[in-house]
Amino acid sequence: MYRRTWRATIVISVVNPVLFLLGIGVGLGHIVGHGHSSLLHGVSYSAFFAPGLLAASAMQTGWIEGGFRVASAAGWIGAYRSAATTPLEPREILAGHLLFMLFRLVTSSAAFVVVMAVFGVASGWWVLAALPAAVLTGLAFAAPVASWAVTLSSPRQLQPFFRFVLMPMYLFSGTFFALHQLPVALRAIAYALPLSEGVALCRSLALGTASLFEVAWRSAYLLVFIVGGVAVARVTYPRRLHP
Amino acid sequence: MSDRLLVEARGLTKTYPARNGTPPFHAVKGIDFELARGEAFGFLGPNGAGKSSTMRMLAAISPVSSGSLSVLGLDPAGDGPEIRARIGVVPQDDCLDRELTVRENLYVYGRYFGLKKQMINERIVGLLAFAQLEEKADAQVEMLSGGMRRRLTIARSLINEPEILLLDEPTTGLDPQARHVLWERLYRLKHDGVTLIITTHYMDEAEQLCDRLVVMDGGKIVAVGSPRELIETNITREVLELRFPVNAHAQIGERIRDAALGERTEVLPDRVAVYADDGEEALAQVHAMSLEPITALVRRATLEDVFLKLTGRSLID
Repeated sequence: MYRRTWRATIVISVVNPVLFLLGIGVGLGHIVGHGHSSLLHGVSYSAFFAPGLLAASAMQTGWIEGGFRVASAAGWIGAYRSAATTPLEPREILAGHLLFMLFRLVTSSAAFVVVMAVFGVASGWWVLAALPAAVLTGLAFAAPVASWAVTLSSPRQLQPFFRFVLMPMYLFSGTFFALHQLPVALRAIAYALPLSEGVALCRSLALGTASLFEVAWRSAYLLVFIVGGVAVARVTYPRRLHP
Repeated sequence: MSDRLLVEARGLTKTYPARNGTPPFHAVKGIDFELARGEAFGFLGPNGAGKSSTMRMLAAISPVSSGSLSVLGLDPAGDGPEIRARIGVVPQDDCLDRELTVRENLYVYGRYFGLKKQMINERIVGLLAFAQLEEKADAQVEMLSGGMRRRLTIARSLINEPEILLLDEPTTGLDPQARHVLWERLYRLKHDGVTLIITTHYMDEAEQLCDRLVVMDGGKIVAVGSPRELIETNITREVLELRFPVNAHAQIGERIRDAALGERTEVLPDRVAVYADDGEEALAQVHAMSLEPITALVRRATLEDVFLKLTGRSLID
């Protein structure tokens, strides 16, 4: 199925991030200057920005695959309805779709890492360690969103969540700037956002500054969202597919 | 349960739980029926009669609320995957992958049944011929007409060589020619020994396809029998339909009813129906009352009339 429809997804998962990376990372990065700010952990702005964008793009891919694809498969496209009439059980359909989301996250994040290397914003082999972190970030959104999207009658119902939750999170999770630049009151909220964890995890791994403890607890934080999302989906999927 | 019985339902109910402020909904309120191998069995009724809910329970994709149901001698509650492996389902909205080709749709669906690649490809050849889609095998589903899509959906449902085929409103939304092509394909299946279960709100479809049917209304079965039996036991042989000017309609209708011309007179919003074994004779009596209908039509009684009598409502509101 994906073999025929992959072309459109390349635009959103690879081309858009590349444009962002070039436009903001290189363009804005030039104004910001190189490595003079302690806020940037002593690296160039694009080296600071790129791993953050990797995490944010994974979130976006997770959102699209877990949100729109799931809601339309449960709704007007009917892919779930037709699969439900076969021997497959709703939980197997869920597992299959999660596997596909994982595949999408791995391939699009890998493409992004390649782009980082090509544009010279990857500081060494450590960038490879950011790949599983990005996948984890994407799944932390895909799984909970899927558990909710499967209950919707139309993908349009996803829109408010995108506008009022995801967009602000995209902007305030430390992708574009360091979180400790924020006023104290906002900082507490920003640090708690799941994307902040993903961004920090990707960045510290890509820059090779991560401590084992930091990696462990940030990964655990993201894992909670994945496990929680799957647990809820294991209830909502049967409810929708076997009414 | 004997070997011949494929489906047996006793006191079957379906209640959808209350959610988001909506009260619980009793879609099926205790129905009994049984189905023998090789039969073409129909559920006839208007929208909301509980046909689709019954079909979903039969297809083991909707848990039974109460009562008992056995499909192929198995219990849908515990043997769902096994039942689904042996039946075929044609949903009302085709649920095809529109971005894939005809062949790919059949292949992917076959994989859902865990069939071997080679076996699927062998079956696809026969199914494309059955659905008369050989020339469209590599066309994207997006490009097919509604009738072709429905034939593909039926072909897809046959990929596992099912013992029972469930069709939910198989010809709704198709033009007359596409309907007849589809009916002809379904006769073929029946001839080949596939047991058919069909829901429809078209009486002509029920008459054409079903050996035996149940009439459902409001979640209950109101009559069971072959189309012929249902007509013979519930209704006269012929119906005389009369139309009068709108302003005089109700009053004239009353007069005809009081005259007790045939067995029964029904004053409908747009016409007066006189049920009589001899329609022409009833018409002569109307003329004898010196009434001049705008149109007068004598026809054979149909399932629609049975339904009207049993439920007091028309099939298509």
